[in-house]
Amino acid sequence: MSDGTADKNRSGGMAFWAVGAILLVVMPLLNILPPEDSWFHLSDFSLNRFGKFLAFGILALGLDLIWGYTGILSLGQGVFFGLGAYCMGMHLMLTIGKESVYGTEMPDFMVWNQVKELPLFWKPFYSFPVAVIGSILVPMAFALVFGFFAFRSRIKGVYFAIITQALALVAWLVFNRNDTNLGGTNGLTDFKQVIGYRLSEPSTQLVLYIITVLCLGASYLFCQWIIRSRAGRVLVAVRDSEKRVVFSGYTPANYKLFVFVVAAALAGLAGMLYAPQVGIITPAQIGVLPSLEMVIWVAVGGRASLAGAVLGAVSVNYGRSVLTNYFPELWPFILGGLFVLVVLLFPDGLIGMMRKAKSLLSRSKPDGGKPVVPAEKAAVLEGKR
Amino acid sequence: MGGNRLCLLRKLPCWRGSAEMAEQSSFQNSIIYLDGVTVDYDGFKALNNLTFMVDYKELRVVIGPNGAGKTTLLDVICGKTKAASGRVVFGRDVDLKGKHEDEIVALGIGRKFQAPSVYGFLSVWENLDLSLKRSSKGVFATLFGKSTADERVRIEKNLETIGLKDYAHTRAGSLSHGQKQWLEIGMVILQDPSLLLVDEPVAGMTDEETEQTGQLLQSLAEKQAIIVIEHDMEFVRQIARVVTVLHEGTVICEGSVEKVQADDRVREIYLGRQKVAH
Repeated sequence: MSDGTADKNRSGGMAFWAVGAILLVVMPLLNILPPEDSWFHLSDFSLNRFGKFLAFGILALGLDLIWGYTGILSLGQGVFFGLGAYCMGMHLMLTIGKESVYGTEMPDFMVWNQVKELPLFWKPFYSFPVAVIGSILVPMAFALVFGFFAFRSRIKGVYFAIITQALALVAWLVFNRNDTNLGGTNGLTDFKQVIGYRLSEPSTQLVLYIITVLCLGASYLFCQWIIRSRAGRVLVAVRDSEKRVVFSGYTPANYKLFVFVVAAALAGLAGMLYAPQVGIITPAQIGVLPSLEMVIWVAVGGRASLAGAVLGAVSVNYGRSVLTNYFPELWPFILGGLFVLVVLLFPDGLIGMMRKAKSLLSRSKPDGGKPVVPAEKAAVLEGKR
Repeated sequence: MGGNRLCLLRKLPCWRGSAEMAEQSSFQNSIIYLDGVTVDYDGFKALNNLTFMVDYKELRVVIGPNGAGKTTLLDVICGKTKAASGRVVFGRDVDLKGKHEDEIVALGIGRKFQAPSVYGFLSVWENLDLSLKRSSKGVFATLFGKSTADERVRIEKNLETIGLKDYAHTRAGSLSHGQKQWLEIGMVILQDPSLLLVDEPVAGMTDEETEQTGQLLQSLAEKQAIIVIEHDMEFVRQIARVVTVLHEGTVICEGSVEKVQADDRVREIYLGRQKVAH
C-alpha cells in the first residue's frame, strides 16, 4: 500500500513537471517561434489571457485549501484578490506620472475628483517592493483580523459563508465610493509601465506570464507541502469531524485561521499578478459575484485536489472568454447551470471524472497496465484546449 | 480503597449522592470528583446536584434510563458542557471548571463518542497519528513535525491492540461500524489519558465484537481509569465491577451489578421499564 502511495506521488510529480514544462517552455516558444499566420502560433493576446487564467489558478489553490480540504466555505475571496490587485494597481497608477491624460503626477481620477494632494495611504506605493509585499501582506493582515474574530466566536458552516459574503459586499461598496480615493466605479487603469518596462510591449507581457507560471508552481508546491504535513491532515480532520479534533487536543480555530490567512495570501498574490496583465482593476472584480464565481472554479475542477482547483480556474475562465464572445448574455446561465450540474452529477469535479475514466481504462486493459498519459497531465492538457 | 467503598455500600445499599459522604471517602484518592454539580438546560436539570467520584485505575459503568444525564455527565467532565454550579475536580486538585476542551485533553482526559467519530477521509494510520499524544499540537508544530521511530512503534502496537493491523492504510470511512468504534477507542488510547470516558462503545456491534471490546476495556483499566456508559446489560455484567445508576440527574444507587439489579428503587425506575434477563 505504501508502495502505491509512493507510486502515485511519483506520477503526480511527473505530471507537475510535465505541465510546468509546457506552461513555461512550450507555450512561450509557440508565441515567439512560429510565424504569425502559422497554425501553431500562439498570439500575444492568447498568451496574456492565459496568464490571467493562471493567476486565477493561484487564487483557486488557496480557496481549495480552505474549502476543499478544511470544509470552510469562504464567499469573500474576491476581497483578498482585490486588496492584492489594488496594492499593485496603486503602484502602477503612480508610475504613470506625467503620461496621464491631465499630464500631472496625480492619478487622473484624483484630478477629476478635485483631490488636491495625494492621500497619505497612497504614498508608500511609490515603491515597487512595498507594492509587491503589500499585495500579499495586506490581504493576510485583513484575513488575520477578520478570521480571528470569526473563528474565535466559533462561526462556522453557512454562517461563515454568509458573513464572508457580507464582507465582499462591504468591500465592493467601499471600493466603489469616490471618497475612498481608490478610483470609484472605474477602478484603477491606464497603467503604462512596471519598473520601467512598457506594459504595452509583448515582451513585458511574456515576462509577466512567465512570472505568473513560476508563482503558480511555487504556490502549488507550497500548498502541497501543507497538505502532506501533519497540519494538512488536521485540516482534513477538521472537515471530517471537528468535534474529534477538539478532543484529540487540537484547537481547530487556530488551524482555520492559518488556512484562511494562507488562502488570503494566495488570493492577494493572484491579484498582484492580475493587475499588470489585465491592465485594469475595478470593484466589479472583487464583489459578491466574482467571489461566488471563484467557488464555482474549484467546484468544477474538483474539491480537495490542488490540480483540480487550477484546472477548474483555467477551464471555467477559458469557457467564459470563448462563450462570452458568442453568447454574452447567456454566460451567467451557463455558469449557474454548470455549477448545478457539477454539484449534482460530478461532486468530485473534472479531476474526479478523470480519475474515474482512468480507473475504468486500466480495468478494461487485460494486463491492467496504466494509460500512457498520466491522468493529471491529460487533465490539464484537456482543460487548456 | 475500592474494597472500603464496597463495605460502605453494603451498609448503605441505596446511596444517594451527598457531598459529605464523598468528602469522607476522601477525594484525595479519586481521579475525578464531581461535587454537587448541576447542569441546567433552560430549566431542565440534566444533572441535579450530582456527586460522583471514580478512583484511579477504576472501571466504572454508568447506567440509567434515557435522559438520566449519563452523556451530560461525560460532557461536564470533558468541558463540552459547563456546570451551572458545583465543582469538578480532576486528580488531586485540578479544577476543570472554566477550562477549554483541548486544555482538558492535555491534562489527560480522553473521550470516545457515542456515534463513532473518526476522520473518514484519512487512513487508519493517519487517524491514529493525529491522535497521538505530543508535546505541542499547534499549527507550526504540526506543519514541521516529523514522526519519530518511537511514535511509529506505538501506532503499530496500537493497531494490534485494536485489531486493525491489516487496515492501516485503509480510509477510515470505509471501515465497518464496529471497526470504526475500535479505531476511535485506539485513537483515545494513544492520547495517553489517565481517565478515559467511553460513551456506549458496543452499540451496533456483533456479540463477538462486544466481547472483544469488553476484554479491551478491562485490559486498559489496568493502567487508567475508565468511565463507561452502557445500555447493554449483558456487556455491563461482563465488564462491571462497580455500577452507578443515574436517574434524573442524580445517583440513585451504586454498587456491584447484582446489588444494583436487586435494588428496589432501581428496578422501579430503570429495570422495570427495560426488562433485563437474569
